[in-house]
Amino acid sequence: MSTESNILFGIYCPPHPHPLLAPDLNQGYRNLRSAYDTLKTRIEESGADIILLYSTTWPSIVGHQIQAHPEPEWTHVDDDFHFLGSMPYKFKIDSEFSNAYKEAAENRGLHSRTVAYEGFPIDTGSIVALSLLNPDNKIPACIVSSNMYSNRSETIVLGKAARDALAKQGKKAVIVVVASLSNRMFTEHIEPSEDRIHSPKDDEWNRKILEFFDNGRLEDLSQLSRDIHGQIRIQKVAAYKPVWWMAATMGQHNNYNGEILAYEALHGSGGAVIQLTPSDESIGDKEFDEDDVEYYRGDRNVLGQGAL
Amino acid sequence: MEKGRIVLGCLAPHPPHLVYAENPEQNEPFSEGGWETLRWGYNRLARKLKNIDYDVMVIFTPHWATYIGTHFLGLPSFNSLSVDPIFPNIFRYKYDLRVDVELAEAMEKSAADAGIITKMMRNPDFRIDYGTITSCHMLNPEWNKPIITISSNRNSHYYSGEVMNEQSSALGEACLKAIEESGKKVVLVSSNSLSHRHFVTESPLPEDMSREHIYNHSQYVWDMKIVGMMRDGKMREVIDIMPEYAEQTIAETEAGGLTWMMAAMGFPKYPAEIYGYQSVIGTGNAIVAWDPNSATREIVL
Repeated sequence: MSTESNILFGIYCPPHPHPLLAPDLNQGYRNLRSAYDTLKTRIEESGADIILLYSTTWPSIVGHQIQAHPEPEWTHVDDDFHFLGSMPYKFKIDSEFSNAYKEAAENRGLHSRTVAYEGFPIDTGSIVALSLLNPDNKIPACIVSSNMYSNRSETIVLGKAARDALAKQGKKAVIVVVASLSNRMFTEHIEPSEDRIHSPKDDEWNRKILEFFDNGRLEDLSQLSRDIHGQIRIQKVAAYKPVWWMAATMGQHNNYNGEILAYEALHGSGGAVIQLTPSDESIGDKEFDEDDVEYYRGDRNVLGQGAL
Repeated sequence: MEKGRIVLGCLAPHPPHLVYAENPEQNEPFSEGGWETLRWGYNRLARKLKNIDYDVMVIFTPHWATYIGTHFLGLPSFNSLSVDPIFPNIFRYKYDLRVDVELAEAMEKSAADAGIITKMMRNPDFRIDYGTITSCHMLNPEWNKPIITISSNRNSHYYSGEVMNEQSSALGEACLKAIEESGKKVVLVSSNSLSHRHFVTESPLPEDMSREHIYNHSQYVWDMKIVGMMRDGKMREVIDIMPEYAEQTIAETEAGGLTWMMAAMGFPKYPAEIYGYQSVIGTGNAIVAWDPNSATREIVL
């Protein structure tokens, strides 16, 4: 396993298209857009070789899919927010890294494959993030999916494989995690001016999570992931995985400088733009009892061992 | 004007593997076949449809998942390339389809009048989901009838399976009202599998049938229970146990399509026509039809 971090900094940002398509419908959307714009400049000045993006709005089933088309191009429309407009895109993908990431994932026991097809439907979250953070394709990118069945072990190993691939290629990366905090949206159409976090409970949890991010406590958040999933996540997938991947990719500790650039409602969900930068300082070193994992060994065939 | 009516209801699963295995000219990848039990069942149901007089196919798809209400396609035509985000290696399909916007708007209005949150989808760049394309292609490969796609509002995720049943039933009743007022003859399509746990790996040759089987036995037992109840004409009971079934088998019925269709058809008490059951990458898939016309209703399998 690689011990040196090739991560310059990490970004956590929301998937919904309002900051890209309609930032002026609401001051909150504008604040999110400004935060993206700030990070765009910081990425440009960072000296990064690659932007590596994990998107919760790209679900996969057959293992972990990694975008490898060198110049994917299409015009995307969101399933819910189609009335906000279309999202034409053309990205520059580091195919060499995509293949290296796939290989690194397989070396750690994961099933993985690259996708490089004309017209492949890149997801809303990836398009929003790359369009705002890297609008001129100055830095090549790579996008990895979120397997809908995977849980903690698999996701952590997927993150460690990203570290392996970056180390092997000697590339400096900015990593981007695309995910909401609380993800419960309003189930009716609302006036943008009336947007707010869906409930005080969701808002309170979001603010507690933001406190952890602000203090650089990424590994603590990773250990709290199951609680977060139970409290403020719609149960669409097996678990709340983005902070597992983020911690495993950036380093499983609390030695980060955190900065909350914006926290706003996006149709009721919690949208935050956050930067985490590796540092030498640590806050809240805690010990947890969930084992770390280096290699994924697959399902344990629990069903097959019981008497049915 | 004669009252409109539903002339057939179809449970039409949409694994893209079936289109891939058929090798139609619209789909780029080439296969050596596979999943014949389902494909031959679909072929037979498609032949039955050729002998049924209908104006439009209305399809409810889980792969247009919406969280803010139920959405309806609202432009007269769409043509583009559909690439499956999960199985892009086997499904890259060029489609060119027509939409019955008049009936879509009537169903949307009827649903809104019933208190259901709705939205017409009028963005010309919108890409049609592969669930719609697979089910419609297998039922009508000529694409010579207009369609209407209805999105799947994910009440199961936001609330519960019971709420999904309530809201999908209300949507089905609202759609029936619009259909009756339209004077049109309509085929309803619920595009979904039964049990829906996938294998997370794929064989090098996807159509290698030596590798295909149901994910686990409990999924199979549940699926057979449901198919048996369909055969016995117990659709009210099937819908009643749907929340538990979906929880136990991750059934794709959780999207609401089957509930929507059964509510629109008045929860049939007559036997369903069973056209086939087979697993696709571990999921359980049944092709089933409900024919309200007792003169043409068959015992297929």
